[in-house]
Amino acid sequence: MSIELSQFIPSFLEESFEGLELMESSLLSLQPGDDEAINSIFRAAHSIKGGAGTFGFDQVTEFTHLVETLLDEMRDGRREIAQADIEILLDSVDCIRILIEAARDDTSYDEDKIAKTSQALEQTLNTSQSVTSNENSPKADSGLTLWNILFVPEHHLVQTGNDPLLLFSALADLGFLSVQAKINELPALTDMDAEEIYIGWQLELKTYASEADIREVFEWVEDECRLEISQMEAVNLPAEDVPKKEVNTSEEAIESSPEIAAKPTAPSEKDDTPSPLSQSNQQAPTANKQDKSSPKAKQEVGSIRVGVDKVDMLINLVGELVITQSMLSELGNDFEMNKVERLTSGLEQLLQNTKELQESVMRIRMLPISFAFNRFPRLVHDLSKKTGKEIELVIKGEQTELDKTVMEQIGDPLVHLVRNAVDHGIEFSDVRVAKGKPAKGTITLDAYHLGGNIVIEINDDGGGIDREAVFNKAVEKNIIEPTTSLSDSQVFDLLFEPGFSTAKELSDISGRGVGMDVVKRNIQALGGRIQVESTPGKGSTFKVNLPLTLAILDGQLVRVGTETYIIPLITIVESLQAKSELINRVSGDVILYRLREDNVPVIPIYQLFNICADSESIDDALLVVVEADGLKIGLMVDDLLAQQQVVIKSLEDNYQQVEGISGATILGDGSVAMILDIPGMIQLATHRAQRNQQVNIQTKIAEGETV
Amino acid sequence: MDIQALATEVPIEGEYSLEGVDFITNGEQYLTFLLDTEQYAVDILCVEEIRSWENPTKIPNAPIYVKGVINMRGVIVPIVDLRLKFNIGKAKYTETTVVIVLTVESNQKSRTIGFVVDAVSDVLNAEENEVKAAPTIGGCVPLHFVTGLINVGDNVVTLLNVEALQAIEKHKSIQG
Amino acid sequence: MTKILVVDDSNSIRDMVSFTLKSAGYQTVEAKDGQEGLTSAKSTNFDLVISDVNMPIMDGISLCQELRKMPSFKFTPILMLTTESSTDMKMKGKAAGATGWLVKPFNPEKLLATIKRVVR
Repeated sequence: MSIELSQFIPSFLEESFEGLELMESSLLSLQPGDDEAINSIFRAAHSIKGGAGTFGFDQVTEFTHLVETLLDEMRDGRREIAQADIEILLDSVDCIRILIEAARDDTSYDEDKIAKTSQALEQTLNTSQSVTSNENSPKADSGLTLWNILFVPEHHLVQTGNDPLLLFSALADLGFLSVQAKINELPALTDMDAEEIYIGWQLELKTYASEADIREVFEWVEDECRLEISQMEAVNLPAEDVPKKEVNTSEEAIESSPEIAAKPTAPSEKDDTPSPLSQSNQQAPTANKQDKSSPKAKQEVGSIRVGVDKVDMLINLVGELVITQSMLSELGNDFEMNKVERLTSGLEQLLQNTKELQESVMRIRMLPISFAFNRFPRLVHDLSKKTGKEIELVIKGEQTELDKTVMEQIGDPLVHLVRNAVDHGIEFSDVRVAKGKPAKGTITLDAYHLGGNIVIEINDDGGGIDREAVFNKAVEKNIIEPTTSLSDSQVFDLLFEPGFSTAKELSDISGRGVGMDVVKRNIQALGGRIQVESTPGKGSTFKVNLPLTLAILDGQLVRVGTETYIIPLITIVESLQAKSELINRVSGDVILYRLREDNVPVIPIYQLFNICADSESIDDALLVVVEADGLKIGLMVDDLLAQQQVVIKSLEDNYQQVEGISGATILGDGSVAMILDIPGMIQLATHRAQRNQQVNIQTKIAEGETV
Repeated sequence: MDIQALATEVPIEGEYSLEGVDFITNGEQYLTFLLDTEQYAVDILCVEEIRSWENPTKIPNAPIYVKGVINMRGVIVPIVDLRLKFNIGKAKYTETTVVIVLTVESNQKSRTIGFVVDAVSDVLNAEENEVKAAPTIGGCVPLHFVTGLINVGDNVVTLLNVEALQAIEKHKSIQG
Repeated sequence: MTKILVVDDSNSIRDMVSFTLKSAGYQTVEAKDGQEGLTSAKSTNFDLVISDVNMPIMDGISLCQELRKMPSFKFTPILMLTTESSTDMKMKGKAAGATGWLVKPFNPEKLLATIKRVVR
């Protein structure tokens, strides 16, 4: 097509998805009598339909038309708002979403679902599906014809904004026009109203166009005029400069009558006319396909909407930085020792500027968590229906901001936790009432900032977690020994053990998919952690702790020999000086440290990494106790250095993945330091311990001992 | 016709007209360097920069010829000592020890690695037909690293394949 | 230069119409609902107003009525963009003083050709 429409498609898609979200949330909270809500739902559907038609998403148009019709009846008051209707409309929102995504990605979709919902809509409407058709009547194949047109407008025509002369010029585009005004019925000058029209016209039009085409030019004024169109003759006329511009939407090419074929006057405009979009619901227009990038599974966009206020703040801070820089630059020009104080204060200023700038920039990537929370009303609504439990969802802190990428990845784990709360947390209404609780269960989602992190809480006022049951199950699954003594929170942590999933879930898993262990792993991959609190009979709270951004972490610098390593602060439980009496050597070379009730394996880093350390003896060694996956280990280091925020740099870009190392960073002095991969090291330690146990058991067997 | 005179008068798009340099070459250019007393060369287009030796940060359990990583303008770059990799001469680290940083693109990914050598020599121009095949026997350097040999005067320069050089074997597992 | 006011609450439609008109050499001003459109009209003389019907705050029909009350817009062509081609819609539009209508979806070519009936 001569005007490229496809550039507007991303905007339309964004708009439509937003509209669908609006429709969904409005439908979920719709109260009878809320006219404004119904209107806005209608408008959203209407916009989607209009846009879909314009950009050629015909299936979307067709389907949405039904939805719009139903909504129209509701907003007109012709139909009462019934719960059943709302359910159908919610289903329809899903369908529209599916159809738009399928059109966008050029993939197939679940036709059954669409058909089912369509049927439901039709039944509700008691109408048969009307195909949105903007087909202009097919043009008769006319040769060059001379038409006689009588056009006598009513007096007030110009007050509608129509101008006969402009209509004629539009008519002239169809062919060769001659115009004659009829002034024989003019009233006297004094009787004329300046805002009225008293003239009629006789026109002659030589054109290839059909009568329908001609009438179309007058379509807006046809009720306000006398219009007579008669064909004079289909003539063997010289073509002259009869333009053959096809502006209307006929698919058939107007064939020139044989006489004309010989004349080379038909201009090339006809060839430029593109195939129309508005006709035929079946054709998939080419515009859509042109700029198609490879279809994406999710709408993970490479763009962010940033509030102007954030940008302005950034500009201010950069301005301050520039000032500080030129001040320092000047100081440096003729530096003398007496200027040292000014230099120091300048550098402090620089530190301040940099910190503020860093915070400000990070905030640009931050979006309110409402984007992640907004799928839950619908989810809980559907789950409530499916399980037959009465559940209310309360959302708090939805304005709390977090990094865009973190938000995109935390969605699935949160869904699983909410599902879990519905399935295992909230009891059935009768059970609740028997316990003296309100029949409706409440699930609360909350988010807030705490010390450089964001905390997301999923709370339910259900039955709480049965400590005994969890413990016994873990023993059953050989995750722990029956004799292990664990605190409550340690027991709850067992829920996240890989082996803990029920048999049914296991069959879904096949390596991926749902499971509390996957949730925990995903959270840890984001640099966060998850904790569980629960009170029997009262409910449970799952707390997810996430760093505000992925690329930066708070680290503890440690020294082993001549090497500096970084331990993520979030993993550190405590640091201590080992007391020899608490050290136990078990089954060979595994060293355990007695930390209160835990036996913590000790990892000598120098051994693991094959480097020289100051001291190789555990006695009196400095231990940094870290935790991941509910397991603790003690890392043996020579010295604790500073704590600082570090920027995580990839080791894999130019090298490869290294066991025990999760990345690298650049310290203040420009040198590189390795960041320890705590979960990885813990796994290593566990495997080692297990392997050693195996070896020992086998050795014992070989030696004839009973095991 | 004085070609050099022409060179200074006629501006070529995208190129500098260099005085005293014959800009009409058909072949490739190579950076030559020394490992012990032997001459080696790499395609000059891969050379990102030449740095003096600085102590890198060690990588745990890396092969012995991977000395560690350095910070190059914010990017973490591994340092490989070719003398240790090919077992040529003694790997000494003095003020004249040099690191040639090479960048190669493959599979839409680009990799930058620094290689420690004894010294850097000239830029060598050589046409395609001047690169001879390497003999299949002898030589310190395994054949898959060698693109060919170039005769320069009395000497032989071994042309190395940078992509092959960049391949690093996986670390031995810590569990070992 | 012919100045056209484009009123529609849908960004993508508004952008598309405006872009089409601009490519044909017209000057455009955009508004996202009837109220904004009316405010714009109060300070600028337009040669044509193209407006959607269903919009929040002030819909197209009301906008048309309000514009017709202003002397500067008494004879200005006002076109309604609508997805409904029912007579009912046309009646409503005419009653409000609309000049004509354009049925959505339309392609850019149709838009340009149609407005030739009311602007130069």
